[in-house]
Amino acid sequence: MKDQVVLRIITKLLVPFMLVFGMYVIAHGELGPGGGFQGGVILAAGFILYGLVWGKEDLHRFLPRSLTDLLAAGGVLLYAGVGVATMLMGGRFLDYAVFNPSHPGDGEALGMLLVEYGVGITVCTVMVTIYDMISEPEDLV
Amino acid sequence: MFEVLLTDMVLLTLAAILAIAVISVRNLLSATMLAGLYSLLMAMIWQNMNAVDVAFTEAAVGAGISTVLLLGTLSHTGRRTKQRPAVNWGALLLVGITGGILIYGTLDMPRIGDPNAPIHTGRVVQQLAQRVGKVDANGVHTPWEYNSMANQGEHFEEAQAGEHPHPEDDFAGHSPNTVTSLLASYRGYDTMYETAVIFTAGMALVLLLRRREEGADELLHDAKKGRDVA
Repeated sequence: MKDQVVLRIITKLLVPFMLVFGMYVIAHGELGPGGGFQGGVILAAGFILYGLVWGKEDLHRFLPRSLTDLLAAGGVLLYAGVGVATMLMGGRFLDYAVFNPSHPGDGEALGMLLVEYGVGITVCTVMVTIYDMISEPEDLV
Repeated sequence: MFEVLLTDMVLLTLAAILAIAVISVRNLLSATMLAGLYSLLMAMIWQNMNAVDVAFTEAAVGAGISTVLLLGTLSHTGRRTKQRPAVNWGALLLVGITGGILIYGTLDMPRIGDPNAPIHTGRVVQQLAQRVGKVDANGVHTPWEYNSMANQGEHFEEAQAGEHPHPEDDFAGHSPNTVTSLLASYRGYDTMYETAVIFTAGMALVLLLRRREEGADELLHDAKKGRDVA
């Protein structure tokens, strides 16, 4: 689709807003509707749209496969790591309140936010990976 | 209220029409597009029910990503289904029975918006009122301890008063978003393993397909080399 000027320009204009909205949905997850899964999927939709119009090589240029693999594992690790951190700090697994014993609500907000980041990172990178694997390799077409 | 009902009826009718269209279209490309439209309609229906979370997910996953993935799959396979008999009577009977049982099940559910429904009277209300976590400044450590205090009456007020240690703390010690507090705190384990499942799915795909793709690259490379040599 590289010769479609309108599609390319519109995509380039649209993708940053999709990415920012995805970040907003993840970061605002513990307060408003949304959260890690939805935000991650919106982020992934932005990347996939870019990959669809500009080709997989361009997508790999700023989101290489090594990075998506690393981040997919890193998201799960972040989630589990928060749980382990709460245990090390004397609480139970995923007992976020120990992050701020004098004000447990803030500790919970922090813990949930970190956990949402973990979910968002993993979901986004795995969705991009699935797209990457399923879509047609261009040099074979 | 009437507008909401009317919108719901129009949207649901359209959704039913689209669902029938999806299964009756022979061209798989059209079926994929219609399925995407169906998801978009469902997202509007969820939004109409104030379920913004679900609407988000439906629009992003159903209408967006799964359409792309189906299209990707279609590029590997054919675009047309095999000709099959128009009606499979056994399957229709099975679907009819299952649907009938499901509709029979809904007869026991309370009317939408009924203030006496269990969701508005049972222990869900107490759970919504309480702190999400397990540690409390008043020595209330667990939700069930908190519940027992709530049942005793007078101490409940004290416990609630103690829940506002900070006047600017607008969510008073727990997330105001019920869905998130349930998913991330009450059921943090569930969500963690769900994330692990998504990760495992992605890695399985990488192990299965990337190796093959790399093999294909090598084949292509060999073919090019062979052509150069020739």
